[in-house]
Amino acid sequence: MKRVYINSIASISPQKTFENSLFLNEITDYNASVIFAQDPDYKQYIPPAAARRMAKGIKMGVVASKIAMDEAGIETVDAIITGTGMGCMIDSEKFVSAIIDNKEQYLTPTSFIQSTHNTVAGQIALGIECKAYNFTYVHSAISFESALLDAKMQLENNEAEHILVGGVEELGEHTTKVHRLINHVKPESVTISEVLKSKIEGAVFSEGANFFVVSNEKKESCYAELVAVETFNTLKREKVSETIEGFLDENNLKASDIDVVVFGNNGDVDFDGYYNQLSEGIFGKTQQVFYKHLVGENNTVSAFGVWLASKILKTQSIPEIVKINKVTSPQIKTILCYNQYRGQNHSLVLLKKC
Amino acid sequence: MSKGIAITGMGIISAIGNNVAENYDALINERKGITRVDNIETIQRNEIMVGEVKFTNDELIAQLNLPPENNYSRTALLGVIAAKEAFASAGITDVNKYKTGIVSGTSVGGMDMTEKYYYEYLTDKISQKYIESHHAGDSTQKIAEQLGIEESLVTTISTACSSAANAIMLGARLIKSGKLDRVLVGGADCLSKFTINGFKTLMILSDTFNTPFDENRKGLNLGEAAAFLVLESDQVVKAENRKVLAYVKGYGNSNDAFHQTASSDNGDGATLAMEKALKTADLKSSEIDYINAHGTATGNNDLSEGRAILRVFGEDLPEFSSTKAYTGHTLAAAGAIEAVYSVLALQNNVIFPNLNFKTPMKEFSMIPQTELKHKELNTVLSNSFGFGGNCSAVIFSKKD
Repeated sequence: MKRVYINSIASISPQKTFENSLFLNEITDYNASVIFAQDPDYKQYIPPAAARRMAKGIKMGVVASKIAMDEAGIETVDAIITGTGMGCMIDSEKFVSAIIDNKEQYLTPTSFIQSTHNTVAGQIALGIECKAYNFTYVHSAISFESALLDAKMQLENNEAEHILVGGVEELGEHTTKVHRLINHVKPESVTISEVLKSKIEGAVFSEGANFFVVSNEKKESCYAELVAVETFNTLKREKVSETIEGFLDENNLKASDIDVVVFGNNGDVDFDGYYNQLSEGIFGKTQQVFYKHLVGENNTVSAFGVWLASKILKTQSIPEIVKINKVTSPQIKTILCYNQYRGQNHSLVLLKKC
Repeated sequence: MSKGIAITGMGIISAIGNNVAENYDALINERKGITRVDNIETIQRNEIMVGEVKFTNDELIAQLNLPPENNYSRTALLGVIAAKEAFASAGITDVNKYKTGIVSGTSVGGMDMTEKYYYEYLTDKISQKYIESHHAGDSTQKIAEQLGIEESLVTTISTACSSAANAIMLGARLIKSGKLDRVLVGGADCLSKFTINGFKTLMILSDTFNTPFDENRKGLNLGEAAAFLVLESDQVVKAENRKVLAYVKGYGNSNDAFHQTASSDNGDGATLAMEKALKTADLKSSEIDYINAHGTATGNNDLSEGRAILRVFGEDLPEFSSTKAYTGHTLAAAGAIEAVYSVLALQNNVIFPNLNFKTPMKEFSMIPQTELKHKELNTVLSNSFGFGGNCSAVIFSKKD
């Protein structure tokens, strides 16, 4: 079985993360319950005529994939695998509302065509004329991890050498509005520093695209070795610690071997307990970091957690703004990312320094 | 790689039957399920024909004994029915005895409820329970819950009309790599105004019965359905002394990289997908006994697919047919529906007819199998192609 490496990364998020030379050097503060991704200069990557037809999610996905491929120094890949929990919301909303508003008349196909969940993966393939394997996973908060696992299996078995993997999510106005009604969106605005202290339910909704080139050969640009990926459709709160210890054991590790743990806390008072019990429990003596106060919550934002872990492993540095506790580690060799959304769809991603 | 993955159970609900036996009976008796749409109020009613499951949502809810406050989309209702049949037919009694997961495909997801309550959500509290059932993973989560699959790998693929074929592919890979011992694979999609109107704007819906591979084909009939197969590792098959229905022998996915919704003239993506499937199965094209074609009966698909099949099979072209004339095009579920039909073909050594065919296409001399044919079958290749240039082929075999 071959080893698998993250050879390049790319992130478009509510922070200025699209330049790989930077690492959260400037932070944009928000006082909001919905935050949007900061736009890179799309023109640099997509011809303006094509860009005009693309909703934001497609643009973010296409550009993030180009940044990742450029950094890995490759022109094509053996597979394109994306994850998106909600899919192309903007075009979906356009088409549904047009059906209702116009009583099924005077409809045009463009938004329907672009509403399909695999539009981003298809557009990336079209852009680089890549006829290879092309999959899209759409399973809520583990959409990205499903893509990562698929890629990992193919690389381990040497069925592919380089795979583009990414998660992408765009905000749709109506969808956000209805999720606000059921308090999945926080009823009150919060700033970055207030998110974790928030005593109310709901999360700050957001969007973004995080892409990676993963390969079974280590390139000079290598960020991390991808050791293991595991997902769970359900997991009771009281079984999380035991499950993580079991997962680590399968990889011949103990909780104390983890140098940094990346948590998916989003400040939702009903669900942050999943992480808090670990902060005080098996990872009480481990350096803990988080990121959703900076980039919000969406179905594939856990890919930002993998981005953060990759950056930390490569630069051997941790920006103050992501630190949860005061524990430090002289050398960062092993990082575990743990995420769940609303108590379901848990994921564990284990990375090592390469 | 030549080791097959065992299929030990299957379940289906479609326009031609509510279980595997009913579907088989309709297939061999040439009974198609194409009608006007009854369960959806649409102004397109008299302009289109569909492959509809005739149960209303309330009837499906009653069959499943769900509480009145449930928030199941129709996709989830259909999915659970097919999934339960698949599990029962495999003889699974203790789900937790082996590492069991689910990979499902859907394109519509909970869109049926979203389009119904889109603006109601803003004012009507009761309908708000469906907000959470919109996303594509919801039906899969509900299937897992109904089958008692917990703390496991449960995921969903959406690559338009190849979704379920791709779910089979991932499922096979998960067993091969040892991640799971057993996996339920398949797909579910219900009819919706969203897809009816979407395909209408693309002008590829037929106003009458669809006629795959016919020169005068007028487009597709949309359908709704769900189908699932149980895949199990050799160890489980041995330990449980399972009856193996067939094997997933090979698979391939490729992207046409030509156009967001149309297939390339020469079917590059489809050709590559079939070639990859043959390669993973370690078979020559001459060793395929029957092709269950994607054959949607659109002008574009049948020409592109036909050319691709000719490129791959040339002189060795076996019998081929599309079963879309029976069921309509069931979108993300199609790959699973046709996987069940491919297994039935292998089990019964029978080739299902391509209904409604009259006139050969002028571009080539390929003629589908138009009558039920009994023939010893060892291998069947099934094609599924979708938007975004997504092309998949899966090979099923009688022997490992």
